Amino acid sequence: MGWLVPAVTVGGLLPVAVLIWDAYTGALGANPIQRATLQTGLLTLALLVASLACTPLRLLTGWTWPARIRKALGLLAFGYAALHFLIYLFDHGFSLGLMLEDVLERPFVTVGFTALLLLVPLALTSGRNSVKRLGFQRWTRLHQLVYLAVALGALHYYWGVKQDHTPPLIYAGVIAALFAVRFLKRRPTRKKASPT
Amino acid sequence: FVRPNRPLGPYDTKEAVTPYQQATTYNNFYELGTDKADPARNAGSLKPRPWTVKIDGEVKKPQTVDIDTLQSWFPLEDRIYRMRCVEGWSMVMPWLGFPLAGLIRRLEPTSKAKYVQFTALLDPKQLPGQRGNVLDWPYVEGLRLDEALHPLAFMAVGLHGKVLPGQNGAPLRLVVPWKYGFKGIKSIVKITLTEKQPQTTWMRAAPSEYGFYANVNPAVPHPRWSQATERRIGELGRRKTLPFNGYADEVAGLYKGMDLRKNF
Repeated sequence: MGWLVPAVTVGGLLPVAVLIWDAYTGALGANPIQRATLQTGLLTLALLVASLACTPLRLLTGWTWPARIRKALGLLAFGYAALHFLIYLFDHGFSLGLMLEDVLERPFVTVGFTALLLLVPLALTSGRNSVKRLGFQRWTRLHQLVYLAVALGALHYYWGVKQDHTPPLIYAGVIAALFAVRFLKRRPTRKKASPT
Repeated sequence: FVRPNRPLGPYDTKEAVTPYQQATTYNNFYELGTDKADPARNAGSLKPRPWTVKIDGEVKKPQTVDIDTLQSWFPLEDRIYRMRCVEGWSMVMPWLGFPLAGLIRRLEPTSKAKYVQFTALLDPKQLPGQRGNVLDWPYVEGLRLDEALHPLAFMAVGLHGKVLPGQNGAPLRLVVPWKYGFKGIKSIVKITLTEKQPQTTWMRAAPSEYGFYANVNPAVPHPRWSQATERRIGELGRRKTLPFNGYADEVAGLYKGMDLRKNF
């Protein structure tokens, strides 16, 4: 299954092409910046959730392939988060002052920005060398930051919508379910390991 | 859309009018869906005729009047107004309609009347968004009587010289250009003159975020975003938001002595 990671990467980048095409043809509607912001934000959250689903899926099914695409999904999520942030900066005329005001005064922006910051060290230590350099334990501990990042991302989404909270609540529900699977499944599986 | 030849004074703006296509496909009308494109897609279910408007409360002539009769009471006027949404975007809308003041005066408010309450249609068959409870239906808005009597306050029945499309609030909507767009209640079926301040839909939904006045004010941020700037639909950058949406000379006097941070 050597094709799996390239396929996920290409598939994960496809929305960028669609976004550029839609922007070019005017399909993003009357407020293209707002639409692009929303779409890159949603893609970030969806890919983060997908990367978090890999381990529970392996635990529930015994399949090994989910573990192999986890890194690609995580890096794609970071890429979309960075793009989301770039569009936000563009929208505010790349003004650092406006950005700081938003980050410091508006919890909605504070949590989104924090989530992005939390993803930076994870993206920087996504290579195999990093696991060796940091040691597996420390690397794992560091990458547990993703739980906080995804929770803040979901909160950012929840606070960002004006009134219809159903979609962000669905995300929150899925994230909670994935956490629950990890929590419930991990220990028993370890105890039962190699029954021969 | 062709700009009228006669000068419209404060009822016009030199700014470029938002094209019909954008003004009718990027809408907030939660009764027809929460996505901006939903109202245009779902407007077919809204039937603006036959339509009646009930007028009650503190008026000398409570009555239920057919929309065509109501419209025939006044000559239709053009108004080219800026429209600023609380979400941080804006348009320039060429409305067709009549001043609200004329309607209110014709109804002869009693001495007890202090506020005007507007109620929108409640009918989940015509407004499928009402099957969910995103907001407390029907949509209710209100103005202080002196605000309602201000010459800028307007009842629209048309847009871009055409009959008002469903997604823009057919057949009758309120336009208060110095306030955020959500004050402009759509598809009105009832107008009630009241003694007490009406409890509006968005005040009920999120009292810390949406007040009764909802005057456009760049100095008072929404709790989740700044109101200092806005994006004019059709432009990429942002422009500065003006106090009272640029109508301060006309309306600031209505709020003399009021703390606009508290009365947001």
